[in-house]
Amino acid sequence: MNRKSIAVAIGATACAAVPWIITNDYFVNLASQILIYALLALSLNLLLGYGGMVSLGHAAFLGLTGYSTILLVLAGHDQLTTAILSVVFSTACGALFGVLALRASGIGFLMITLALGQIVWGIAYRANELTGGDNGLTLPARPVPFGIDINSASNFYHFTLIVFAIALFCIWRMTRSPFGAALCGTRDQPRRMSMLGHNVWMIQWLTFVIASFWGSISGLLYIYYNLFMSPHAISLQQSAEALLMAILGGATTLSGPIVGAVIITIVKNVVSTYIERWNILLGLIFVIVIMFMPNGLVPGCRQLWQSIQSRRKAPAPETKSASEPAP
Amino acid sequence: MTAPALEIAGLNKRFGGLPATRDVSLQVMPGERRLIIGPNGAGKTTLFNLVTGDLSADSGSVKLFGQELMGMRTPDRVHRGLARTYQILTLFPREKLVHNVVLALLGLDKLRWNPWAVLTGHRHLYEQAREALAQVGLADSAERIVAETSYGERRRLELAMALAQKPKVLLLDEPLAGLSQGERQSVRSLLDKVPRGVTIVMIEHDMDTALGFAERITLLHYGEVILEGTRAEVVADPRTREVYLGD
Amino acid sequence: MQWQFWIVQTLNSVSFGGLLFLLSSGFSLAFGLMRIPNLAHGAFFMLGAYFGATVVYFGGDFWLAALAAGVGVGIVGIALERFILRPLAGNVQGQVLVTLGISFIIADVCLLVWTGDPWTVPAPPAMRRPLLVAGFAFPTYRLVVVVIALVAAVALYFLMERTRLGAMIRAGVDDMEMARGVGIPVSLLFTVVFLLGAVLAGAAGAFGGPILNAYPGLDADMLPLALIVVILGGAGSLLGAFVGSFIVGFLYNFGIALFPDLAYFILFLPMLLVLVFMPQGLFGRAAP
Repeated sequence: MNRKSIAVAIGATACAAVPWIITNDYFVNLASQILIYALLALSLNLLLGYGGMVSLGHAAFLGLTGYSTILLVLAGHDQLTTAILSVVFSTACGALFGVLALRASGIGFLMITLALGQIVWGIAYRANELTGGDNGLTLPARPVPFGIDINSASNFYHFTLIVFAIALFCIWRMTRSPFGAALCGTRDQPRRMSMLGHNVWMIQWLTFVIASFWGSISGLLYIYYNLFMSPHAISLQQSAEALLMAILGGATTLSGPIVGAVIITIVKNVVSTYIERWNILLGLIFVIVIMFMPNGLVPGCRQLWQSIQSRRKAPAPETKSASEPAP
Repeated sequence: MTAPALEIAGLNKRFGGLPATRDVSLQVMPGERRLIIGPNGAGKTTLFNLVTGDLSADSGSVKLFGQELMGMRTPDRVHRGLARTYQILTLFPREKLVHNVVLALLGLDKLRWNPWAVLTGHRHLYEQAREALAQVGLADSAERIVAETSYGERRRLELAMALAQKPKVLLLDEPLAGLSQGERQSVRSLLDKVPRGVTIVMIEHDMDTALGFAERITLLHYGEVILEGTRAEVVADPRTREVYLGD
Repeated sequence: MQWQFWIVQTLNSVSFGGLLFLLSSGFSLAFGLMRIPNLAHGAFFMLGAYFGATVVYFGGDFWLAALAAGVGVGIVGIALERFILRPLAGNVQGQVLVTLGISFIIADVCLLVWTGDPWTVPAPPAMRRPLLVAGFAFPTYRLVVVVIALVAAVALYFLMERTRLGAMIRAGVDDMEMARGVGIPVSLLFTVVFLLGAVLAGAAGAFGGPILNAYPGLDADMLPLALIVVILGGAGSLLGAFVGSFIVGFLYNFGIALFPDLAYFILFLPMLLVLVFMPQGLFGRAAP
């Protein structure tokens, strides 16, 4: 326990020190992007990893928050009111989407979320008068929270880091909470859970709403970072990327989506400076991860570490836990 | 007169054209031990599923202490004092035994909606869970993972999860299935210790062990109640021999 | 002229519906049988369109182009089924996500090979002149597409209802365990149906070339349409795919012509309603 809190403290300090360690604005901005996508992947993973619900429409919450933020600011509202209203609006949409999507389970759930994501995308793309269509919309300026200017790369990074840390803490609490335990229960044995007195539908729906909320928060960070919103930001590909981050890192762990976001965002940025073919790589990673690493990196490495450790302690242990069923 | 603990009246369920239960009616009084027997496909498990709400009945009524359960969702029925075990083990295989029981306790606790509290900080839940495990003789296995336990231990865990909820009416779906002779006796003596405040309805094939346990027996065949009576009456009746013991 | 608008839009809707039927009939059969939506199906269509455009570009005959597209995409389909979906058998979620990954790869390869500029495909010379009936000019090629779709529909109907293969597919769609139990070679059936879907999608892409052109993003435009058709019609139902295709054809064309801002909303709304209130689709029997 003590070692763990020391590790967390070191990690937090290291994260906070990023802008002073790497002074290049490009890399500081990259770190901000990683945090934004990590939050998106974390929120999606509440559904995917903890709830066992595969959503292919999670990027919709980037769009709903992003567009409503721009439209509200353009309509003359102040930044704080705008932020609150757009997150409330986006989460409320999530509550409605949840009602629709939870009519089905498994592949049906996946297809409804895909359809809902495409509707949001389609409206952004086609409703020219409202959303500017393919040209997108621009947010005039970043907010000035508590009078602090967050226009510089390092200030924006710290702003993002604070929001991310709060979100991560809340999500971490949720995964260890009674509600989180019940959620995992509905993933593994929904029928038994309702026979134990749990309201499975309500647990799943509340999770959908919570995931929408944190997705919307990452949408808020996204629009503050980019100051621009277009349909491309909320395409099926964006939803798929978020899903890939969670699966690559390990959907059953808290840190998995973060690891996935770090890798995918770095690869994407590095690769796209050299070649344009990011999509081939994305597709290949997708196929390889699902075929050969279905549990993701974090559980995979953990297993490797444990087997090394146990080999050190006892000369010939039996490797029994390797055949645990995947979620 | 007190209301029956469980009162089923005119319960019908069809799968496609096939009737699974036909006009089933039975009354179980508070504190009673009831055995339901019948050959495979007689509709015993379907009857349980209709009582718990896993399946919705086509017509009929199910009352728990006089309160109508039809139209009520499964968790609400559980909150009114119903619990069951499954013939096919339905556990959380990747979790510790104690966690399985904690999930059962959470199901009846408002705490289950709390997304902020730390579950392991709620010691009383874990103490209760350990007590329930001790009750079925699994005190030493509380910290083991279900997937690493034996079949007999899992059967007893099923029972512990149901007992931990302190139900008023407990439905046991073949709690002895797949157990060795010794294990059967130990589960049997464990069931004998369940307080009389709990009404028990049990489906069981193993007549040797189960017969002594039940006061009244209901015989189901092709979804219909053929016979109901005391242990002695049912055993003596030629129809029992005909539909059940005969084959 | 007002009349001309309605007639032309109707014909456009019918011909687009025909294309959609070619695209989604195989998609639906594979979905019904294998219980997974092949999210690379839109990419199959786009690949077919590019194959067809290339053959025509090098002076090939139009029918040859359609054949080449069907065979080419068929090979890709077999490879996907055998080498990627097969090892993931039983992992439905993984299979669906893998097809999505494959669709990204195919789309990007197309961009690499055929560049970002659209390839326009001319209709065969004999079908370029509009057909004049009672003073109205009908685009001949669109009529031909409708005929092709109808021929394909009849052929598929006979395949499904009158042949042993069709009987096996229907059995598999209805109850996979039962089909396995009575000795139907389910594994081979998967490959055959997946291949059939890929060939049809490839040929549909080639036939669609003169109407839609081949361009990057064609896959993402077509996949949701195929999904809607299958959700409306029910997975594994040929009749459902047929009716659903024409419903979507009309909704899409008239939606874009009359309410361009809301075209997508108009398209997805019926699908959502069906999903929410009739999860098995209008004609589906088993829930997917």
